[in-house]
Amino acid sequence: MADNQEPKNIQEGLERNIFALFLATAFAISIAGIVEIVPLFYLKSTMDYTEQTDKYGNVKNEKFPELVWERTFSEENGKLVADKALYKQDKNGKWEVADWKAGDGVRPYTPLELAGRDIYLREGCYICHSQMIRPFRDERERYGHYSLATESMYDHPMQWGSKRTGPDLARLGGKYSNEWHVMHLMRPQDVVPESVMPAYPWLADNSIEKDFFGTKRDMTARLSAMRTLGVPYTDEEIANANEAIKGHTEMDAMVAYLQVLGTMVKLDDSKTYRE
Amino acid sequence: MDTTAKPQYDNGVVQYLTVGAVAFLVLGTFMGTFAAAQLAWPALNFDIAEITFARLRVMHTNTVIYAFGGMTLMATAFYTVQRTNGVKLWSNAMAWWTAILFTIGLLAVVVTISLGMTTGKEYHEQEWPLAIAIAVVWTLYTFNFMMTIASRNKETHPNVYVSNWFFMGMMIAITYLYVVNGLAIPVSLFRSYSLFSGVQDAMIQWWWGHNAVGFFLTAGFLAIMYYFVPKQAQRPIYSYRLSVIHFWALMFGYVWLGAHHLQYTALPDWTGSLGAVISLAMIIPSWGGALNGMLTLSGAWDRLRTDYILRFLIIALAFYAMSTFEGPVMASKTVNALSHYTDWTIGHVHSGALGWVAMVSIGALYHMVMKLWNTEMYSMKLINFHFWLATIGTVFYIVAMWVSGIMQGLMWRAYDEYGTLAYTFAESVAAMHPYYAMRALGGLLFFSGAAVMLYNVVMTIRMANAKSTSQVEAHA
Repeated sequence: MADNQEPKNIQEGLERNIFALFLATAFAISIAGIVEIVPLFYLKSTMDYTEQTDKYGNVKNEKFPELVWERTFSEENGKLVADKALYKQDKNGKWEVADWKAGDGVRPYTPLELAGRDIYLREGCYICHSQMIRPFRDERERYGHYSLATESMYDHPMQWGSKRTGPDLARLGGKYSNEWHVMHLMRPQDVVPESVMPAYPWLADNSIEKDFFGTKRDMTARLSAMRTLGVPYTDEEIANANEAIKGHTEMDAMVAYLQVLGTMVKLDDSKTYRE
Repeated sequence: MDTTAKPQYDNGVVQYLTVGAVAFLVLGTFMGTFAAAQLAWPALNFDIAEITFARLRVMHTNTVIYAFGGMTLMATAFYTVQRTNGVKLWSNAMAWWTAILFTIGLLAVVVTISLGMTTGKEYHEQEWPLAIAIAVVWTLYTFNFMMTIASRNKETHPNVYVSNWFFMGMMIAITYLYVVNGLAIPVSLFRSYSLFSGVQDAMIQWWWGHNAVGFFLTAGFLAIMYYFVPKQAQRPIYSYRLSVIHFWALMFGYVWLGAHHLQYTALPDWTGSLGAVISLAMIIPSWGGALNGMLTLSGAWDRLRTDYILRFLIIALAFYAMSTFEGPVMASKTVNALSHYTDWTIGHVHSGALGWVAMVSIGALYHMVMKLWNTEMYSMKLINFHFWLATIGTVFYIVAMWVSGIMQGLMWRAYDEYGTLAYTFAESVAAMHPYYAMRALGGLLFFSGAAVMLYNVVMTIRMANAKSTSQVEAHA
């Protein structure tokens, strides 16, 4: 069945030259990404008109100023500083959020919150809990205002989730007390009898300063990596990151993260943020 | 050397991968069944971090998709590429390295996820050292496959057979999407932060996520269908023209669908709509492909009565047709508003994963066991028994998830006469209990079938080895 005739058409030509078929297939596969994904990086409407304004990671939103916490960065003696502090040590020696109040707009996570977020990922919370409220009446009443793109702009990776075996957590912060969260994480059925959630008692025993196999959880490295990715932290905030989680348990970090969810922005009900 | 002699193939590595795939099927379905039982009876979490539901569920998905699915794809690709091109593997040694490293890599993935090391990206949980290793192994697999095709005799095998196109398309897409979605900055040996955030991360995540389904679990397994259905039915594929359309439509179209996972989210509306429209259009090539496989049997339908392996292949195509119809329906905005975030999605995935992917794999694996060890199966009756366990298990699973999914969706949006929400979230959780129990039962049936298969395969190999030993002795 030796068949050396010229190929009848393009298809036959491709079937005889596997590398040409390889290239044609790769081309067909790449179109969707170019059309669907690339525009998301430059269309301003994608991010609710939140824009990064300089190389330091300063952000602003002219259309909806309430969405982001704005601060100004500058370089002083070779160090990156800001006019407002994200967190600092108070007079009792505790590291607390400083010049930001709930509702001031989206801001980077504090070291403790970011460490808590790492625990959230480690335990796979996103397998059962979404963080993305859709614009429906019932979701509004159950969870709150629908979620905006800006709200997860510092989330590397995002935790929108795809399944609600448990309820959505996008606006969980402030709904329950810290004590409730601790009880719930220790034994969920004690506070919600119908719950099918596993218990996480080890969170209360483990120090947040330790990572896998007893290695150090280096929050300075983590904040620094986040800054490389475009999350604006000052040099001081990065340098103090390990101090700021000292003495805390994984439970403290987890609760700190859960309590900040959805509290950053106070959305205006009279505005249409998204078509 | 006699030039008319049948070419010899490299079978050892395919034998290894075949048995490995069956073993991972048993392990992965066991984890799935256990995780399903944890949702019905949360006490089964035993307060042990390493096996809490969320970690076990991710261990389950990684074991069944990447370990079982991956080994099946490697076994069948190495098996069919030799036979459709009439050559040995370009490099048998490289194939062995691919197979062994892939096994070690996937076992490491399961262990590290159990320990809590995860990127937090669904279906891409492997942390950076393992993700890099897997990408390298995958490239070796692709390279060896391509070079084997390139080394064919172009006089005797001028045109590359359709199963090879699908395997190749799968390899290209998986490499490209896996690498882009995996871009991250390491912050320790066990942890990295995704390069992307928020909306862009979500879109890239599901662009990969849906194509773990579209390419890994569909294109690759269609390649299996295009070789094994005609072989087992002993008839040529129904329509060459249909397979050309099927191939190009799938390669072009599937990559768009990820956006339908993000309808009504903070992702711009146009993206979700685009995903939904292309999802709908995908019914045509998908059904074309399913019909192409089924009609290959025209005139030989009676064989389904006696050929149990063919039954697996054909019911797989029926489930493929069903879930590729269900998918676009769920991608449409109206249905998605109800079905998203519910168990219906889980049911849909399993009608594809159990009904289509696992069934077509099982058929191909049985076929390969008989050819590779040149023997009959130890027990044909057990294959039939496996067939019914798998089919009934799958149906139990899907029905349970349809009911619970739609019920959840309706309970969440129900209002009472005063215009307030009729149910608390906890009430919807409590209402799921019977369906979660039923789903666990379906999983148990499917797992039992897989265990029967492992037993049958092991006994077949022992039988074949005993026979060949006695033949050698007789010769001596």
